[in-house]
Order: sequence, then structure tokens, then C-alpha cells
Amino acid sequence: MSRAAIQIDGLSKSFQGVPVLEGLGLELPAGQRIALVGPNGAGKTTLIRCLLGQYRCDGVVEILGRSPRRDRTRILGEVGFVPQLPPPLRMPVGQLLRFASRLCGADSAAIENDAARLGLEIPPLRRRAFAKLSGGQKQKLLIAIALRPGTRVLIMDEPAANLDPAARSVLFELLAERSEDATMVISSHRLDEVAALVERVVELDRGRIVLDQRIASGALDERLACRIELSRAEDSARDALLAWGFRARTGERVFVGSVAGPDRLRFFGMLARYAGLVEGVQLGGSPTPERERA
Amino acid sequence: MSEEALVAEPEEASSRRRTGSSVARRRSSLLRDLVQVATLDLSESIRAHWFAVYAVVFGGVIVLLFSFGLTESRILGFLGLSRLLVTYIQLCMAILPVFVLITTVRSVAGDREAGVFEYLLALPVSLAGWFWGRLLGRFAVVFLPAFLAMAAASGWATFQQIEVPWATFGIYTAMLAALCWCFLGIGMLISSLARSVDLAQGAAFVVWLFLVLFLDLILLGVMVQEQLPAETVVAIALVNPLQVFRTAALSLFDPELVLLGPSAFVILDAFGRKAYLIFAVAWPVALGSLCATLGFAVFRRSDLP
Repeated sequence: MSRAAIQIDGLSKSFQGVPVLEGLGLELPAGQRIALVGPNGAGKTTLIRCLLGQYRCDGVVEILGRSPRRDRTRILGEVGFVPQLPPPLRMPVGQLLRFASRLCGADSAAIENDAARLGLEIPPLRRRAFAKLSGGQKQKLLIAIALRPGTRVLIMDEPAANLDPAARSVLFELLAERSEDATMVISSHRLDEVAALVERVVELDRGRIVLDQRIASGALDERLACRIELSRAEDSARDALLAWGFRARTGERVFVGSVAGPDRLRFFGMLARYAGLVEGVQLGGSPTPERERA
Repeated sequence: MSEEALVAEPEEASSRRRTGSSVARRRSSLLRDLVQVATLDLSESIRAHWFAVYAVVFGGVIVLLFSFGLTESRILGFLGLSRLLVTYIQLCMAILPVFVLITTVRSVAGDREAGVFEYLLALPVSLAGWFWGRLLGRFAVVFLPAFLAMAAASGWATFQQIEVPWATFGIYTAMLAALCWCFLGIGMLISSLARSVDLAQGAAFVVWLFLVLFLDLILLGVMVQEQLPAETVVAIALVNPLQVFRTAALSLFDPELVLLGPSAFVILDAFGRKAYLIFAVAWPVALGSLCATLGFAVFRRSDLP
């Protein structure tokens, strides 16, 4: 039995004679977090579907030493999956939770607890059709199901794409809690979306691995104290900063708060929209009440 | 007994126990998956618009037949509830197969296209549990409205003190179930083979049209007129589940009827009524099961989403 959590060797997949993956080889030790990046059509979704045992393919694909195609129920019980687009399920949230938790043998209370941490209270939504939830609510529920207890491999396709800053921050915390025992594959077409979450980047292009590099990354649950000073009060900038959990000081010209470490690039992206207003930025150190008062 | 054998015996027994418990675990897991998926499909279907239309159609047909006074008329030898039931069963033959085929392929292929398979099949559900569970869930969904409409008509007739032909009712129930199973099996096979909703829907319609064309009063009649070998015409009539259903339904009332058509007349003459009724239930069930099994084999061996 292989010791790697995920072992891929000579993986090839074609659709109607057109190769989409060509002789891929990849080994992920247990507990490693990788970003799977590449442009549209690079083969990321196909690779994920091969990992989930959903596609027939040539070569070796093993998760925890077993084929996800042949031993699907055993392996998929230990795999959490978040798709890029939530499926249009008509079933109510409560039924989806029951269905998933019974199949996975997981405690639905633990899933509900994670959903609540992400800001999704399940009880009032139990009877609402999954398809009628907002994009962010769907994403939170799917993440909570994927992070159920017993998951040892997490495969996530742009998991943070529909989340607000507060929920993203909790997602990073949840991933940090699982980082000791879970191997993670996080897919995105943009490296900057996921770079801060991982320690290794694998880039695909036209079905081949064109880059496989270890990268420096901070702790997933790191938070950085932040102070923003604006040249004048501006409603749109204030609303954007409040949405990131900042508090206003000095006539809404100074804002203090904290930013999740893995989210700092996204935060700067938001801040860039108000570059003409920004007079000063301080970022770094752990957030403390003293810093926030200062 | 040697000492080695004495030592080996408990190991063999323990290995047998392990194998036995592993098989039992797999069976119980398959059963759990079947129940979960069938329940899921049932509740998803009940929420779908097509199901509302489907249920209203069958309920509406019965209400219309009652309101047109079919229980009081005597036409071509049928009277009372028999007249209503024979009309209902003829309408079922027209409506049910195309409804079952189209809704099954739309739902299954549609779910695949929309990404439902990608997500739900990433959960630890066995492929057998998934496929057969969906088939069982859909069977309940398509059979129950047609059956309940007929049962409601019989209940109402009893209340109105109109004689109910219960033997016919029982045979029609078995035939309706067989017809639903048959077209569900065909629908699941088409859904496994076709990779898109459009293709699946087109294929389902062509299959239905093909079967309708080879009914006794359409192409089969022409083939008899053109003096094709009788064996060929009879064989086609026996293979076509729609023709089998139609012949059996009409034979319950009057096998001498001109409505029966040439091949049906020959078949009934050869089989006898009782044997043919058994065949009329067994053949569609066998055909549906064969198609579903083929569909499952294709599904299991192909790309899932």
C-alpha cells in the first residue's frame, strides 16, 4: 500500500480522442495542501473527477492507497468535496444534510456546527430548497458537509469564491484545524486566490503539469492587525471596510480591524479600489485591543 | 485429527466469519444506499413540475371519464366500470410510455448535465445503490398516480353501487406496473447511453414512435396486407410491449372484437387468454429489467458525470 495520501502515476484521459490529461504524475504526502491552478481547459476539473473516481482513465490514481473507482464507497467516505458550482438540488437543506450524513456515517450536528461557524444557521433553513439558497449559503453548506468529521482528503474547487470576508476568515480557521490530519487539493484558475492557503503549487496547462513548486505560506489561522487612514470620509469606502469587520475612528477617516493572513491579497485588491483616498496603511502583528485603540 | 488441523480449523472458521461479515456489511450498505437514493428520487420527483402535470393528467382522465357518463353507457359490449376501465387503460397506453420515457431521460440526463451527479456521486454511495435506487424511486412516482386514479375510480364506483370488475382491476394493476417498469428500464438505458438531455430526449421520442408505429392497427396491419410472413408479423407484435399491453387489455373484454387487429387475433388464438395475460405481464417486466441491467452496466463502466 502506498504511503502517500494521493498517488497519481501516468494518468491520461481523453474525450472522443482529444487528450485532456497526458501522463500526469503527482504524489501528495498526508497533510500536504496543494493549489491546483491553470487556465480554463487546463484539465483541473478532469483531474478532480479522476480523483473522485468519476471518470474512467488510464494510469494509476490512488487515494489513501486505494482506487477511488474500485473502492469508491470506502474511499469517498474519507473524501470531502466542494464543487465549483453548487448543484441545483431541489431537496430541502434538512434532507441534504440527512442524506449526506447518513451516507458518510457522519454526525449531522457536527456539520451544522461548522455551518454555523461559517455564518449559516441551519434550523431556519431546514425546509428551504437547497437551490433557493444564495450562492454564499450554498457554498457554506457544501463546505460544512465536506469538512465533516472523518474526512482525511479535501478536494475543493474555488471554495472561497462566493464567501464574504467573515466567512472566508472562518473557512481559513476550519482548514487550519484540519491541516494536521487532512490532505487538501484546492483548485482555482487564479493562483492569488489560493496561494495563501497552500504550501505547494501545481500548475496544469493543456493536460500537463507545467509547474510544481513549494511556496512559503503563513499559518492558515494567522490574523494581521490593520489600520487604514483615509484622506476624507467616503461612504463606499466606509461600507467596504465595515464589510471586512473594520471599525471607524476619528470621523470615519481612520479604520482599525484585522485581516485573515491568507486573505491579505484579496484585502489589498479591495483597498486598491479606493487607492486615491488611502493616506496610510499599517498591516502586521497580531490584533490586540491596545493596537485597535491606537 | 492432526495437531496442524486442530490449529488451522479456528483460523479457517475466523476467515469464513470475516468473509461472511464483509458480505453482510456490503449487503446492508447496498440496502442503505438503495433506500436513501430511492427516497431522495421520490421526494425530488414529487417536487418537480412534471410530476404535478403527470398526476393531474391521470386524475383528470378519470374525472373526465366519469363526467362523460362512461359508467352508464353500453358501447361494443362494455358497460358499467368495465367501460370506464377499458377506456382508461387505452389512454394509459397512449400517455404513460411517452411520459415515463421523456421525464426519465430528462431528469437523469438533466441531473448529469447540471452537475447533480458530480456532487452526489462524490458522496460514498455505491453505483448499484445509486442506479437501482433511482429506478425504484421513479417506479413509485410513475406507477402510483396511474394506479391511484384507477383505484379511486373503483372506490367511487363501489360507493355509487356500480359493479366493479375486481379481477380485471387486479390484472390491469399488474399490467400497468409492468408497463411502467418496462419503459423506466428503457428510459434508464437511454439515459446511460446519451450524454446530453437533447440527445436523450430525441432518442426516447424515436423509441416511443417506433413502438407506436409497430402497433396492430398501423404498420402491422400494412405488413399483413403486404403479405409478409405471418410469423414475422406475430413476432413483432409479441416483442413490442405496447402491442402486448394493448392486446392483453382488450382481450379481457372480448377477444372477437375487430378492434383487436389481425396479429393480436392470431396470437390470442395460439396462446389462449390466460397464458397470454401471464406473458403480457412477464415480457414487459423482463424487457424493462434487461434494459435497466444493460443501462447499469453502461453506467458503471462509463464516465459518471
